[in-house]
Amino acid sequence: MTWNDVVFMLPEIILSIGASLLLIAPVIGWRLKEASAKWAILILLAITALSVVICSNVVEGLPQTVSYSAMFALDGFAIFFKLLFITAIAMIVLLSDDFLRESRYSAWEYYSLLGFALIGMMFMASGVHLASIYIGLELMSLSSYILTGFFKNEQKSTEAAMKYFVLGTVSSGILLYGISLIYGVTGSLNLLTIAKAMSTIITNDALMFGIMLLGAGLCFKIAAVPFHVWTPDVYEGAPTPIAAFLSTASKGAAVAIFARIFYVGLHDFQLDWSNILATISALSMILGNLAALTQDNVKRMLAYSSIGHAGYVLLGILSLNAMGLRGVLIYTLVYVFANLGIWATVLMLRRHEYAGERVDDFEGLHKRAPFWAFAMIIFLLSLGGIPPTAGFIGKYFLFAAAIQSGFGWLAIIAVLMSAVSMFFYFRIVVAMYLREGREAEVAITPALKLVAGVCLAVTLIFGILPAPLINQATESSSWVAARAAILTHAGR
Amino acid sequence: MIPTQWFLILSAILFAIGVCGVLTRKNGITIFMAIELMVNAVNLTFLAYARQFHQLHGLIFVFFVMAIAAAEAAVGLAIFISLFHHRETIDVDEANLMRW
Repeated sequence: MTWNDVVFMLPEIILSIGASLLLIAPVIGWRLKEASAKWAILILLAITALSVVICSNVVEGLPQTVSYSAMFALDGFAIFFKLLFITAIAMIVLLSDDFLRESRYSAWEYYSLLGFALIGMMFMASGVHLASIYIGLELMSLSSYILTGFFKNEQKSTEAAMKYFVLGTVSSGILLYGISLIYGVTGSLNLLTIAKAMSTIITNDALMFGIMLLGAGLCFKIAAVPFHVWTPDVYEGAPTPIAAFLSTASKGAAVAIFARIFYVGLHDFQLDWSNILATISALSMILGNLAALTQDNVKRMLAYSSIGHAGYVLLGILSLNAMGLRGVLIYTLVYVFANLGIWATVLMLRRHEYAGERVDDFEGLHKRAPFWAFAMIIFLLSLGGIPPTAGFIGKYFLFAAAIQSGFGWLAIIAVLMSAVSMFFYFRIVVAMYLREGREAEVAITPALKLVAGVCLAVTLIFGILPAPLINQATESSSWVAARAAILTHAGR
Repeated sequence: MIPTQWFLILSAILFAIGVCGVLTRKNGITIFMAIELMVNAVNLTFLAYARQFHQLHGLIFVFFVMAIAAAEAAVGLAIFISLFHHRETIDVDEANLMRW
């Protein structure tokens, strides 16, 4: 291993050491207060983000962006997602602060598990080999199972962890079987070698079966219908900051590997799977948004809405053009910030362990916290894809990509379902502004203000001035898109 | 030499038994055993292909999968113990506080 190899993985190495130190800090008798755990992880995240930026500049000067026997890439795509995940985790740390202070659970363990999940996600963003992708995915999933059940004296939390664990491990088993069949047909686990082998294969039942199993496993991770059943229960039962983690960072990581595997590895085998993905996408949009209409619990409503959003993201993946990949990047970023803003507002309402979860709890929020009620409207509009917000830009790219590649009917369903989604988003707005009588009890801390403020700024700035975001997404996606295009020309 | 197909058929059968076990069993530990069976069926597939290709990739991947399965077991058993503390049972159908 040379110094160049170390540079590729330096952020992960720093984060691994740091997260391990967080885990053992209370054990080896550093008599530190629980409150300092938050600062420790935030400093660690800042160092990691800085090292990502520095290492990416160093790697730009190197002849290739792939290292470790072509298992690990530090290209624009990976850097985009890594910085996004680090930011999201930092915000989740801020969201968790008060939540943990009121409970009797160790903050050090909690934050180190978030750190381990982040390492897994960073490996997923960088993985160009099915082994590194799978191991990153499992590191993230195992940390999420523990975090979901972290409040072990809460029966709901434990039950959610059990459901998530059973369904999650079954889905990774299915995903793994898919990987093994793809390995058997193509003779490799490297995405580029797989892509080369694919271009010479016309039809192969084992390969088709393998791709379907792999796709099923990935669809579970992004919570697409019919692999979505875990989502509402897990979001409801998990501690609220962890529900925020699952619906933003964890989902974004799954989207990143989904896009990379299908754009790079399976690009030339597109004809067979894009119709299957189109069906899954349509079902996710329809079922997710319609089921959300009937929910009274905000966490369950957001869970169903996140199922619907999985359907939108799939539009960008199945359309397999540069526009679609750009759309996936933009939409993931926009969705992460809008969703984190909503979760921050939900946490502002929290009084006890599980309060602030019903739509009724939002009643009269505009009297107690007019600014944050307004911010909530912006976040909801962004998720619905209404113009002055960033959500519109994301949806625009995804829908345009779908139309470009001949999935016009899917784009029509997507537009209709966006309209449906405004109904249940506006139930919250109606509760906040139009219901008289009760005044929502709020506990607005500086940390929550910071998170909601940053999310509001990002949602509005990229909504009004989208050019920097679009340019960045174009640049970041160009490596993957270019690689896919070269392979297509070579293979056909 | 035994042809690769035989291993693949065996692993497909084992995987199917694992899936059936997950779908039909109610005891958490039994479900977990079925999941382990699925993972080991996958390992067998990898080994069969690695033998056919004379490659190390598949063999090494199996080591990683085994390590991950061990980590999964640790997390899973902890979650089931925690569930048992609440309910005095690990029957997954009894865990119905939230609608499935």
